Amino acid sequence: MFSKPNDPPMLTAFKDSSLVGMIALLIFSPISGIILNGYGFNTHPQTPIMLAFIVFIGRFAYQLAALTPWGQRLIQKFMLSKGKRGVYVASPGDQRYLWIILAILFIAGLVLPFYLSKYYLTVAILALIYVLLGLGLNIVVGLAGLLDLGFVAFYAVGAYTFALGSQYWGLGFWSAIPLAAAFAALLGGILGFPVLRMHGDYLAIVTLGFGEIIRLVLNNWMSFTGGPNGAKAAEPSLFGLEFTRTAKTDGHIPFHEFFGTTYSPNTKFIFIYLVVFLVACLMIFFFSRLRTMPMGRAWEALREDEIACRSLGMNHVTIKLSAFMMGAMTGGIGGVFFAAQQGGFVNPTSFTFFESALILAIVVLGGMGSVVGVVVAALVLTILPEMLRDFADYRVLIFGILMVFMMLWKPRGFLPIRRPYFTKEGQA
Amino acid sequence: MSDYMLEIHQIDASYGPIQALRNVSMNVSEGEIVTLIGANGAGKSTLLMTIFGSPRASKGYIKYQGRDITNIAMHEVGRLGIAQVPEGRRIFPAMTVEENLIMGTLPIGDEHMEEDREKMFVMFPRLKERRNQRAGTLSGGEQQMLAIGRALMSRPKLLLLDEPSLGLAPLIVKQILNSLRDIAAQGTTIFLVEQNANHALRLADRGYVLVNGEIRLSGTGEELLVNPEVRAAYLGGH
Ligand SMILES: Nc1ncnc2c1ncn2[C@@H]1O[C@H](COP(=O)(O)OP(=O)(O)O)[C@@H](O)[C@H]1O
Ligand SMILES: [Mg+2]
Repeated sequence: MFSKPNDPPMLTAFKDSSLVGMIALLIFSPISGIILNGYGFNTHPQTPIMLAFIVFIGRFAYQLAALTPWGQRLIQKFMLSKGKRGVYVASPGDQRYLWIILAILFIAGLVLPFYLSKYYLTVAILALIYVLLGLGLNIVVGLAGLLDLGFVAFYAVGAYTFALGSQYWGLGFWSAIPLAAAFAALLGGILGFPVLRMHGDYLAIVTLGFGEIIRLVLNNWMSFTGGPNGAKAAEPSLFGLEFTRTAKTDGHIPFHEFFGTTYSPNTKFIFIYLVVFLVACLMIFFFSRLRTMPMGRAWEALREDEIACRSLGMNHVTIKLSAFMMGAMTGGIGGVFFAAQQGGFVNPTSFTFFESALILAIVVLGGMGSVVGVVVAALVLTILPEMLRDFADYRVLIFGILMVFMMLWKPRGFLPIRRPYFTKEGQA
Repeated sequence: MSDYMLEIHQIDASYGPIQALRNVSMNVSEGEIVTLIGANGAGKSTLLMTIFGSPRASKGYIKYQGRDITNIAMHEVGRLGIAQVPEGRRIFPAMTVEENLIMGTLPIGDEHMEEDREKMFVMFPRLKERRNQRAGTLSGGEQQMLAIGRALMSRPKLLLLDEPSLGLAPLIVKQILNSLRDIAAQGTTIFLVEQNANHALRLADRGYVLVNGEIRLSGTGEELLVNPEVRAAYLGGH
């Protein structure tokens, strides 16, 4: 910005880094420099300065590295062919190391919970739940292009299916997962059918209303849902083994007694983590496949041009409905894990419009339609606020700012969707 | 029992209070190239879209291969062997050229996909060069080729085109109309809606002239080309 084309490269790098550092200072000052204390606040100028300095050093190092040919090659590798961005799709050569990386990530994800404290275990579970939610909404908004502002409704339905189901019908954790999925999908279908004739803004408003209705019903139907007092779900179990100190359900044995180990409150969370991790992996696998399957492609086509789709023999109602239901189903599954993670206790305050907005932020920031982008955004947006505790008060502000800048700089998200590349016979 | 492949019989169609078609009758026989010409807002696109049921004909009937299709759902029309190249192309801009072609196979499944895709690449070499490019970044002419290619991927017996020459350079228009001639020669029946009367009538076996939602004239391509009314209204009077 301040640099002229004929400045020496070092000076350019320095100016650029200073600018970035200054922006960081501006952003971090209100977040971590001011800490609320009752009705007043304390200032901590050293924290934001330090953070800004770290950003400055990082940027400067990056700039210096960019000056060396070695660094340039490295950057090229990660920044992916800037010259033809957005026009051509990535070549399959990029996928060479993919399987190795995925395998490493998978194993890392599996062993991770054994090294986490209980607090970070709950954070990690929550992050994975948001991955699920993000993936679900990604189908609806990212692929099918149906702006759904009431996604939290399906999340709530999933959580309450588990909680109320175990209260009234003795539903267990495992049976709650498919049941909540089916129930949320059904509800998605019922909502979707009349609503899907609408487009854009109208659809957004109706879904927004739907999300609020579900929350209000949960809040006010005291006799059935327990209202603001919430509802209690069963303890998760594995083949009749519970993870509590003493078994809560008849016929169940505590896990630690069965294996003759000492009781640890972490075991339950490790268990939930592993289940939700595996489910999330399954979903990621499924959803990344989906895009090259006729159904996923049909969703995308419908988003692009409804008339063209219909004249190509697609039934737009069933296709939209399938996207809506598939998204709702994923949200419902997320809800079950949420109920389990909350110690089996859910109440309506967890399902406000803010949750819908957060999930939407995950989808938009991650890159509409992009599975990897959504996963990364979900992890970042849930873990980051926990890492920087002071951040929490400013979460909404940061979302706002991030969204605005995102739309300016990378309107298609951090990791925009990539088109599949065809390399059958007759190579281009 | 008629021998027409497509028979439109005395249909009316309207958008709310606006009546766009009045008592329109026309037909297309198998193997023909039939064109419909008319000024802006004459109702050409409306007529083409009533075949797909949007808007629906409020009177009269539309038959395809003897079957009444006046009231069937839009997505079912596409499965009967009728494909359309809609006005404004309506390709899928975020998808690649190749994906767009794949989408075209939806009505018949992907059994012939490889073979037909190669055929399209032979007919439109430009598309082959750009097969992995996002369709939205193609030029207007290339997008039109893609729209035609996509429609042909469903191996239609009847191909409907709505102003394929719209906004294209004369050279590209010529190229596109030439490929239509090839497509017809390979046995596809063509119903072409055009404003570009000169080109369309030269290509077509027969033509209809639509004025304010009514069929004003009909005849063979040559007849219409020399008709004084047509010359005055659509051919700049030369
Ligand atoms: N969706 C619509 N809603 C209302 N009126 C329409 C619509 N589409 C077309 N019309 C009207 O119908 C008439 C015929 O339009 P159209 O079939 O598009 O003409 P053409 O294709 O010959 O230019 C015009 O008067 C136009 O204003
Ligand atoms: Mg038109």
